[in-house]
Amino acid sequence: MSNITAGKAAGAPPDRSVELTTRRRFLDYLLGTSALATLAAIVYPIIRFMAPPHIVEAMQNSVVAAKLSELPPNSAKIFKFGSKPGILIRTASGELKAFSAVCTHLDCIVQYRPETKQIWCACHNGQYNLNGENIGGPPPRPLEPYPVNKRGDDIVVNRA
Amino acid sequence: MTVDTVKSWLDERLSISALGQMAQKKEVPLHRQSIWYYFGGMTLFLFVVQVVTGILLLLYYRPSAENAFESVQFIMTEVKFGWLIRSIHSWSANLMILTLFIHMFSVYFMRAYDRPREVTWVSGVVLLFLSICFGFSGYLLPWNEVSFFATKVGTEIAGVVPVVGKTMLRFLRGGDEVTGATLTRFFGFHVAVLPAMATVFIGLHVLLVQLHGMHVPARYQQNYRRMRFFPNFFMRDLIGWLLAIGVLAALAAIFPWELGVKADPFAPAPAGIKPEWYFLFMFQTLKYIPAKILIFDGEVIGILTFMRAGAALFIVPFINRSPDYYPRRRMVFNVLGGIALLFIAVMTVIGYLA
Amino acid sequence: MITKIATLLLFSGGVLWFAACSLAAQQKSSCIECHSKLEGELGDPARSIKNDVHLSRGLSCNDCHGGDPTKDDKDAAKDRSKGYLGRPRTVDIPAFCGKCHNDASFMKKFNPALRVDQEKEYSTSVHGSLLKAGNTKVATCISCHGVHGIRAVNDALSSVYPLNVAETCSKCHSDATRMAEFKIPTNQYAQYKTSVHAKALYEKQDLSAPTCNDCHGNHGAAPPGIASVANVCGQCHARQAELFQASVHKAAFDNQGFGECIKCHSNHGIAAPTDQLIGTGEHSICVSCHKPGEQGFVVAGELSGRIDGLLARIEKSHQILDRAERAGMEVSRPKFELREAIDGVTHARVLIHTSSTAEVDKVVAPAVSVADKTYQAGVDALAELKIRRKGLVVSLVFILFLAGLVYLKLREIERREPARQTQ
Repeated sequence: MSNITAGKAAGAPPDRSVELTTRRRFLDYLLGTSALATLAAIVYPIIRFMAPPHIVEAMQNSVVAAKLSELPPNSAKIFKFGSKPGILIRTASGELKAFSAVCTHLDCIVQYRPETKQIWCACHNGQYNLNGENIGGPPPRPLEPYPVNKRGDDIVVNRA
Repeated sequence: MTVDTVKSWLDERLSISALGQMAQKKEVPLHRQSIWYYFGGMTLFLFVVQVVTGILLLLYYRPSAENAFESVQFIMTEVKFGWLIRSIHSWSANLMILTLFIHMFSVYFMRAYDRPREVTWVSGVVLLFLSICFGFSGYLLPWNEVSFFATKVGTEIAGVVPVVGKTMLRFLRGGDEVTGATLTRFFGFHVAVLPAMATVFIGLHVLLVQLHGMHVPARYQQNYRRMRFFPNFFMRDLIGWLLAIGVLAALAAIFPWELGVKADPFAPAPAGIKPEWYFLFMFQTLKYIPAKILIFDGEVIGILTFMRAGAALFIVPFINRSPDYYPRRRMVFNVLGGIALLFIAVMTVIGYLA
Repeated sequence: MITKIATLLLFSGGVLWFAACSLAAQQKSSCIECHSKLEGELGDPARSIKNDVHLSRGLSCNDCHGGDPTKDDKDAAKDRSKGYLGRPRTVDIPAFCGKCHNDASFMKKFNPALRVDQEKEYSTSVHGSLLKAGNTKVATCISCHGVHGIRAVNDALSSVYPLNVAETCSKCHSDATRMAEFKIPTNQYAQYKTSVHAKALYEKQDLSAPTCNDCHGNHGAAPPGIASVANVCGQCHARQAELFQASVHKAAFDNQGFGECIKCHSNHGIAAPTDQLIGTGEHSICVSCHKPGEQGFVVAGELSGRIDGLLARIEKSHQILDRAERAGMEVSRPKFELREAIDGVTHARVLIHTSSTAEVDKVVAPAVSVADKTYQAGVDALAELKIRRKGLVVSLVFILFLAGLVYLKLREIERREPARQTQ
């Protein structure tokens, strides 16, 4: 890789020093800019990496399921908890309850029925009370409950 | 405020001009085998890449059995360029060990450990073992199925050593089994203990190289040219490092490092579990050793043999003295080295094909 | 010394008195005393009564059979003029038990929640009507409940505990010789054991799973009428029964005596239904009635086509999302949304019972669009991967360009100041 010529033979060549200087300056300029560009290309991902991402935590241990102002009493909302559905219910008396929305029978998504004030699964008529306990139909186990907290207007559901 | 004012300000306080003079004087010998001189610097460069990407990963990684896998998944999917940083870290680890082996073998065959460079060699062997420990401890950190079982098997093997084996196993695992305690412990080794030790030994190693300069093999002693380190050799180094960055980026994008499935301590080991390639030759050899040799357990003999070979590495400069006095010894050592290289290569290939 | 003897005497006296009292507290029962000394059939009642729920409630032999248990003399104890009934005839057994079990005010003392119409129900049953006609080979109270060691229904050792009911029924109903005169099959128990209901009951220990009495009734045991099968199954399978009863099949099946649900699902050996039961394939039930060219055949094909099509789309989505995830892309939201499509399949499988393609489409169409949306998300994720690779190639070009420039710079430097020779 090394180019180590001892020097040109005698018999002076034409003076190319100006040409060489401009070439050299051009080379230096290119070198400088592309070095800077490469440095930027390395530093940019690092800076983006260090900036906190959109979802700040891996485990998704808690999520803002809804806003109090958007959830009237005796109604419910299905929300995303990681990749599993959850159901958040505001009872007629104003209490907040949250459960896994996966029916323990055959994994359908349950819903809230304001008329009967029960959680209902449309697939095979499974019924759960407001404690998540299975009280009718095929479901063999209660729905997993999640602790709910309020943070201002936000309703925060945590993993158990 | 000119460059010169800054320079003289710094020089008065940090003596940088003395450093600058030393740097100007630094030279690299040029001969047929000069190409091997690049590999030490390349290993160092890849180590720096590891430190930088490792520190970045530290910002998001969580060292507990419940969270480790998810945190790595998080890095791969949610963090911007997380996939790039993580894949580079994993690939660069392997590349570094490869260049380390090449560096070590080239030093061995060129007898660069000859007087006065024995301590450089010893510090280098220490760095070899530190790097292997880095690799072994880092491998567990994603807490996936493959790494869990590789760690189980690896620490099991450590436990087989007579007398101290059981204690070593418990020390490594943080208990009797591989659990979250092992993960936390390995994490501590990987990000604190080993880097501290590596800093000391790299510092020593590089310092000694500056002190003694580059070794020139006997046959070129009378006939070699020299090149200045700054800027000539350094710029060549730079080209090599740039190409290494390119290779790493290519590997990260084309062969992204897999995450696999989360470790389940109660699931049976998946079939065909293999350690990383730099352990493969030992793993494969152990498979071939018969269960019993005379009255001794075959596996124990195998492990002890490898340990003795490792220990022997340390004393190479002290037994392979100058060929002027012991000419035949040089050939013996070359042959031994060649056999070792061949053995490692063949066993690694067999390990992969099996 | 004297005080010691006195204390001892007093103490033992007290013990003896206490024992005598407890012995007296146990009512004297000459029935049990005598009969337990007898061997075989005459002695068994006295031995097995120990486990009887009636005995544990304070009732004894005389409460059913009459007689006087305080009398040691056989004739005095078993005096017919004084109310001794002896062993009842088979035809009289229901009334015998009904003496107490029909009396609400009497039963209230022991279990206020227990029904008091078992004898009335029994008379409506096949067993009851045959018994009234004079056939004594049919089941009566004691055939199922036992006679002297009768346990409560919720006692796990009882012959009528849910886990034991089918076996109790099969004692007669699987006996081919015994059943010959009644001309009914004897394979029900064997078939039932292969069913999903048996699996739920015996393997999963789900006591709410149906056994013989849940569909046939226990005291009023009779097969449900062919036009009421859906009502019986609908006790648990409410939605399917409701949909079936509103569909065209109800009238058609009832007219042809098909037994509603049983036609497709069988009655005793009910297996878990698969998607192959509908449609026009070889395992399909539809084609046993509907021939090619008929409207029914067409609809059968449409229904199974809808479900199979949806399942295929879901599988495709699943695969591409898994691929994207393995390659490091974030796809938890599409995976979450895919669940809705899977829900659609479950709904569709229930809506089959309407035999109406339009009804099934109501759930399949949105599910299909969800599956398609999530598939697209997977495609997008993989496209993002390609972008990364392109980005890489671009950066590689830059890196190589820079490396080239450094090389040129090096050459230029060395042209000006070549490396030195030495020695």
